[in-house]
This record gives sequence, structure tokens and C-alpha cells, in this order.
Amino acid sequence: MMRVSIAVNGVRESADIPAGLTLLEFLRERLSLTGTKEGCGIGECGACTVLLDGAPVTSCLVLAVECDGRDVRTIEGEAVGGELSDLQRAFIETGAVQCGYCTPGMIMSARGLLRRRSDPTNDEIVEAIAGNLCRCTGYEAVLAAVRLAAKRRREAADEG
Amino acid sequence: MRGNRGYVGRSIPRDDAADKVTGAALYTSDLAPPGTLHAALLVSPHAAARIVRVDASAACAASGVRAVLTGDDLDVRLGLYLRDKRILARDVVRYQGEPVAAAAADTPETARAACDRIRIVYDPIPPVLDPRDALAADAPLVHPDLGSYDRMHGVFFPVAGTNIAHHQVIRVGDVDAALDAADVRVVGSFFNPPVPHVPMETHAAIARALPGRRFDVWTSSQSPYTVRHLLSVALGVPHAAIRVRVPFVGGGFGGKAGLHLEPLACVLSRAAGGRPVKVVATREQEFNTLPSRQALHSTIEIGADRDGTITALRADYVWDAGAYADYGVNIGRAAAYAGAGPYRVPACRIDSRVVYTNKPFGTAFRGFGHLEVLWGVERTIDMLAARLGADPVALRRANLLRPGDRTITGELVTAGHGDPRGCLDAVCERIGWARPPDTPANPQTARGRGVAVLHKAPAMPTHTACAAVIQLDEDGAANVLVSGVDYGQGTYTVLRQIAADELRLPIERVRIAWECDTEFSPYDWQTVASRFAYMGGNAIIEAAADCLAQLRATAALALGVEADRIVCDAGSAYPRDEPERAIPYSRLSLGYTFENGNSVGGPVIGRGRAIATGLTHLDPQTGQGLPAQFWTYGAHAVELDVDTETGEIEIRRFVTALDAGRVLNPKLAAGQVVGGVVQGLGSTLLEGFQFDDAGRLRNPSFVDSKIPTAKDLPASIEPVFLETPQPGGPYGARGIAEHPMISVPSAIGNALYDALGIDFTELPLTAERVLSAIRAKRSGR
Repeated sequence: MMRVSIAVNGVRESADIPAGLTLLEFLRERLSLTGTKEGCGIGECGACTVLLDGAPVTSCLVLAVECDGRDVRTIEGEAVGGELSDLQRAFIETGAVQCGYCTPGMIMSARGLLRRRSDPTNDEIVEAIAGNLCRCTGYEAVLAAVRLAAKRRREAADEG
Repeated sequence: MRGNRGYVGRSIPRDDAADKVTGAALYTSDLAPPGTLHAALLVSPHAAARIVRVDASAACAASGVRAVLTGDDLDVRLGLYLRDKRILARDVVRYQGEPVAAAAADTPETARAACDRIRIVYDPIPPVLDPRDALAADAPLVHPDLGSYDRMHGVFFPVAGTNIAHHQVIRVGDVDAALDAADVRVVGSFFNPPVPHVPMETHAAIARALPGRRFDVWTSSQSPYTVRHLLSVALGVPHAAIRVRVPFVGGGFGGKAGLHLEPLACVLSRAAGGRPVKVVATREQEFNTLPSRQALHSTIEIGADRDGTITALRADYVWDAGAYADYGVNIGRAAAYAGAGPYRVPACRIDSRVVYTNKPFGTAFRGFGHLEVLWGVERTIDMLAARLGADPVALRRANLLRPGDRTITGELVTAGHGDPRGCLDAVCERIGWARPPDTPANPQTARGRGVAVLHKAPAMPTHTACAAVIQLDEDGAANVLVSGVDYGQGTYTVLRQIAADELRLPIERVRIAWECDTEFSPYDWQTVASRFAYMGGNAIIEAAADCLAQLRATAALALGVEADRIVCDAGSAYPRDEPERAIPYSRLSLGYTFENGNSVGGPVIGRGRAIATGLTHLDPQTGQGLPAQFWTYGAHAVELDVDTETGEIEIRRFVTALDAGRVLNPKLAAGQVVGGVVQGLGSTLLEGFQFDDAGRLRNPSFVDSKIPTAKDLPASIEPVFLETPQPGGPYGARGIAEHPMISVPSAIGNALYDALGIDFTELPLTAERVLSAIRAKRSGR
């Protein structure tokens, strides 16, 4: 057992965990944050994507002990004060959601991109979600959602 | 067709979107009732073997292990149409990946460790891997006891003493004479490999055995009532002893119809003294243990007059069922009655045989065999066009079914069937078929165009039924209960639109219960075959009418007028021409109370039903009959570039037209088309199981079994909808969910012929396959 302290969606979570526990297991089983999904368990599908210090990672491949003292963001942290985030609204508007199982990981990958690039190119958007598999939507609406959220940010920034 | 009252026909956002984008939506794999144990499976390493000895003692003795089961503990047979399968293999294993033992333990790791301690001694036997070999008279039998299995009689015809699980025939006219008399004959042989469904949520089930041989089940399923029914048969308990709940489902595509991990979860829980047991397939098990789309070997011969009129079609379809029949036998049946394409074929002979082999078994997959048979049919039509020197579009136009024609099962085609010619014209117009494509700048690039048509009807029993219940809340809002499952298609949203229009309520005041529960949700057969919007929509229309009749009756008493004078609109009831006397539903939904306290009426609960109408079994000797509640027709046109040095295909444009009857929600309908086309592109370009000589699956992972990613999209996918109203469809609608992926390979194969002059017959069309064909052509082989 090892003692860790991880900031998850801004809340410090301290726990004694076995060294082999993955970040995905820590989130889902210890914190009951089940919005982060497991699709393959070996880092090939992107369903478990979360942000670690702002960068997207597949949480099934990250050990929770590696996250000690670091900052983790999950889908549960996207909506603030009950208000859906720009990406969440855009995903709904463009029809980017079907079964929804890949959606949290998609949104977190897109969030990672938008944190890094305020005005991403289409290629950058494609690249950002290329590791997130989706079997329902055919991706077009997902790409449109990220473009829409990015466009609104630009417009808001221009007005500001 | 009904008038538009406001919501039907509009792009209302998905009902469930907010829950899904926030992570609030709970799937079976997110659930764990108190005390839940975790299960692990031990699977067969052999494609075919006798089980000589099983020793689970070391596993049972391990700390934290609560139950261990092997096939010897369970003497039951399961199956949808043919009861040919066991919960855990007993005496023999029939495919590599088949579950042979399972353990339930306090943690998943303990359960896995327990499985590692189970010792099984196998005596491998030579597997039967090619279904064509399995048809040989001396082929080893995958199921020597086939003749003694329970089955659905009158519909499926297994051949005892062979590997044939079902043989479907279609016989129309004298095919041999018609082919002999034909001016031209073309013949082609084709192959579709097995393809995995790849739902992003793997199969998951939780079961809790309760006192009195009762079971509580949560499952990622398309079919709560079918799961309950099949569990009832398998476990030998009444339907009422089983409760099946279906929370959010992370994709199905046919792979979550039928019965899968549920029975194992039930028997493990029983063995563990009633503690809940959760079984979640690993991704490898999703590929290798759960079923996939079955492979097809087809040979198709078409005869035609010199002017291009098709006079005869003969087809031999050999389906690779794998180890168990499951839905495969029904695919062999449904794809046979659709197996000549949407064409007028005066003489037709189809033999569709579903054949056991020692491979992972097949099941329903979006398109239910139609993508597979139409790969061959639509390629053969293009081969006929090439032979005749005819335009492939003109050839199709001349032969597509028209009102007054009969299908190959003898069904009379009417204008209400929809407009296949209109679909073909629409995609040709969009792609600019009349003008040749631009010449690519790069001489290494070969550009081509192709078209293909498609059709499909729901493959469902003649008595398929569906019910809906609508209860009005205290505030006059509506709660709609159904048990068809929305696992991503968007059906619940369109059903809500229908309910809102029918109940004359703002859509915000209509909800649909998301978790299906056989304890409370009214009956539905199962959510397959693109028939839920059709049947569920009709059931909801009837249930809403029932609600309105009750509201009108109560309002009539309240207002002292005849009930037939009451109209309902905008959530209120009032006498015709006297809207100022309106009573809101909120004062009627539980009954109306007069000022003195007297009350009349009662809670408003509407009931609606729908059942398949006019369908018949197919005649066993001729295949004649009425299998189709409705047909949905469509067409694709594609323009693509092939890099002749690498074999890589780049899709420049993809246009799909479907005759939807009525588009209930344009954005959701377009989402089905884009998603379906991309899934079809996966089947065309990337996907397919590969086996080694011993029958072991070589690509049970995302590393070796690619599906399309965001990098694999065509430059554009353009959905087009025609709206020829479907008689009997809700608002004239017919199903469209499966159809977009059907004939995607055919259109691309035809475009490759246009680009390269090469007839491809085997899928997938990987760059390697395309390049080697280009090189073979260059070297004159």
C-alpha cells in the first residue's frame, strides 16, 4: 500500500492504494467516478481518457501512484456549477453523441487540445481524437463539435 | 400520413445527450449492487477438442473465491432458434475462445487467478474451418447430435448428420432453362470474412440469485424481454421469476441481441449463495469469445437479354456459422429472401446454407446478412454491365423493382414500398454521374466511380409485437414506457417527438423512461431489425390516443358537455370553439375534482399495441411467402482515388440516399447514415478476422483488428432522404438504422473496377490486396 494525494477535479483525494492500481481503477472504484469508461484496458481505444496536469492520458495505462501530487481532470469536472461546458454543449448541438460510451473520453481529448491550442486546425482536431475509437457516429459530428466549441471561444475572445 | 403538429420531422436534440456528455449515464459496467463479486472466464485454447479431465479443486480452495463452475456443473442447452450451446463447454470445445470454466471472487484479480488454477486436459481433434469443406459428406461433425436438438419448428431446417444448421431455399420459375436461354451469363464468386461488432462497451451482465429460484439481472442488452424469455427456458424457471433491467447500453449493432453473458452470471450467483456476480467481457473476449458477423462464401450467376433485362439469377450462399447457430440461421433465411437484390428476377434459385465450423460463432450484425449477399449481387450486376457494355446505372434502373412486380418470395410490390429508382437517381445526380470525373493531376492516381443499391426488410417473426404505456404525471406531463432499447440509434428521441405531437404536449413535458425493466416496462420483442421506431411509434400513437380519450371523457364530465365535443391541444382540454373553458391536463391527469370536492375520472394511463400484420412463414420447398413488414430501399454513389503504387484508397465523395418514408428527425437520421457508412467503410477497407491453420483467431485486439478512426473519414459523406410514405408506418416512416452500411463495399468495389478494370471479389479491400491485384494485372496474370 502506498499513500497518495491526487487533486481530482480540484478536490484533493488521499488514499492508501496498492502500487498496481491504475488511475482508471482509482477513479472508478475508489472515487466512484464512473464517467470515465473502460473500453479495452490496454490503451488502444481512448475511452478512459482523462487529463493529467492538463494533458490527455489513457488512464488505464497510468498507475495511480504516478499521479501523487498531480492534477487530474475527468468528465465529471467538465460541467461547472451545473452549467455544461462549451464542449459538452457543442457535442449535443452537432449530434456527436450516440451510445455515449466513448463520449467522455472524446470530450477529454478535445479539452486537452483546446487547452493547448485556442485556434486548432482541422488536422489538429483530427489528430487529437484519432486515438478515441467510436463505433456509432462516424466521427464527423464529433469533429464538428470540437470545431464549433473552438469557434465560439475565438468569437468570445474577439468580443472580449 | 398524419399531419405535422410540430415535433415530428424536426431535429430535436437527443433526449439522453446531457447524461452522456457529463458522464452521468450509467451503463451495466458502472453498476455494482452491494456485495458484488467479479467473474472471470477460462476459455478454450483449441478450436476443437475433447475435454478429457477437469480439475477445479485448486481454484475452489483459493482465498476470496466464492464460486467456480465448469461445464460438468451445468446440464443445460441454450439457443435462440436451435438449442445447440451450453453456458460452459461440456465434453467438447468447438472454438478457440469458448468459455470452459468461470470463477466468481471478491476482486477481478482473484477471479482471474482462480481461473489460472483450473486444470483442464484436452484431447485436440482436427478442426473443421472452412464451411465449404464442412459440407463434404465425410466432414467431421461439429454437432453430431444436431438431429436431437430442440429448435423452432416450421421456420428452420437443420439437416441431421451434416454440419448444416439451416438450409433456406428460394425457387421461382425454371432457372436452368432461363439461364440456358439467356443472351449473356455472368458468374462470380465472392467472400466476406467474419467481422467483429466492436461496441465500445463490451458485453456486461450482473445477476443476483434470489430465494425461490428467482433472478435479478442487469445487462448491456438490446433485448430485455428476449433475455428474460431465453433465461427462463435455460434456467427452467417461469418468466415471472426473472427480472431483467437494461441501463444505458454502449453500442450493440446486433451483437447484444439474444442471450450472452446473462446465464453465466445467474448460475455463478446461485453457486455463490446469491451474492451478485458481475461478468464483463475483456476486449479480447469481445473479439474472440462473444459472437461476430458470420463469414459468407457466395457464388452468383445472372442471365440477361442483350438489352440488359435480367431473366434469371442463381445464388449459392454458404454461411460460416462458426460453432453455434445463434442468429446465424435466421440470417441465412433473411438474406436469402433478399438475396437477389431489389430487382425483378423472373427465374430465381437460391440455396442459402448456414454451416457449422470450429470458429467463433456468428450472430446478428447491423444489416443482418444483407451487406454480405449484396457484396456479391451488386458486384455481379456491374460485371453484367461490363459484359453488355452498358452503363451500370442504366442497367440497374431497367431492372429495379417497380409497382406491380413481384419479389422473389412472391410479394406484390406497390408504390407504398418506396422508390429504389428515386434513390439511385438522387445519388447519381449528386455525384454527377452524367459527367466523367475530373482527371487526377497525379498520374499515379486512378480515379473511379461506383454505385450500388440496397434493400432490407426487418427480419422478424410473423407475430412480432410491441407495446407502449403512457402515464400522465400529477402535473399533466407524460411518462412513456417502452422496452425497446435505445443503445445509440436515437429512437427514444423520435418516440418522444411522436408522443408529444400525439398528446398535444410540449416536448419538454414528455419523458421516456430510460432504464428498461421487465418488471414494469411493457413488452417489446427485441430491438433489432430497424423496426423499433416503426412498431414503437405505432404503439405510442395508439397509447396517446387512449390517453386523449380518457382526458376527453374526464373533461366532458367536468364541463358538462359530450366527450366528442372536447378537443385536446397544448396540454389542455376544452369544448370545441370554447377554448376559454380549457382545463389543463394537470387538473385531469389523476381525475377531476369539482369545487365541492366531488371527483370524477381517475389516473390517465394509455395503452398501445402493435403487431406484425400479414406476414407468413416461407414455404419450405419454394421460399414463397410474405416475410417483410416493409422494405427500405437505398443507393450509394462513391468517387474514389486509388494510389496505384501503394494500393491505398481515398474516398473523395460518398453519397447515400434512403427512402425513409418520413424523416422523423433529420439530424438523428443523418447521424445514422454517417455512422453506418463509416462502419460500412470499416467492413470494406479494414476489418476481418484472420485465423491460423489450427483455427485460432490471429487478430483479437485493436492493434491487429483496426476499425475506422477519425483519420479514416471520406472527404464527404452526404445523406439524402426520399420520403415515399410507408402505409402503416408512424407518420409514414420506415426503419433506416441498419441500411446505411449495406452495399457500401459493393459501391466501392464497383468504383475500383471503374478506376482499375479489376474485379475485386474478396473483402476487405486492404491496400495490400488492391496493390497485389494491380501488380498481377500489370504482369498479365
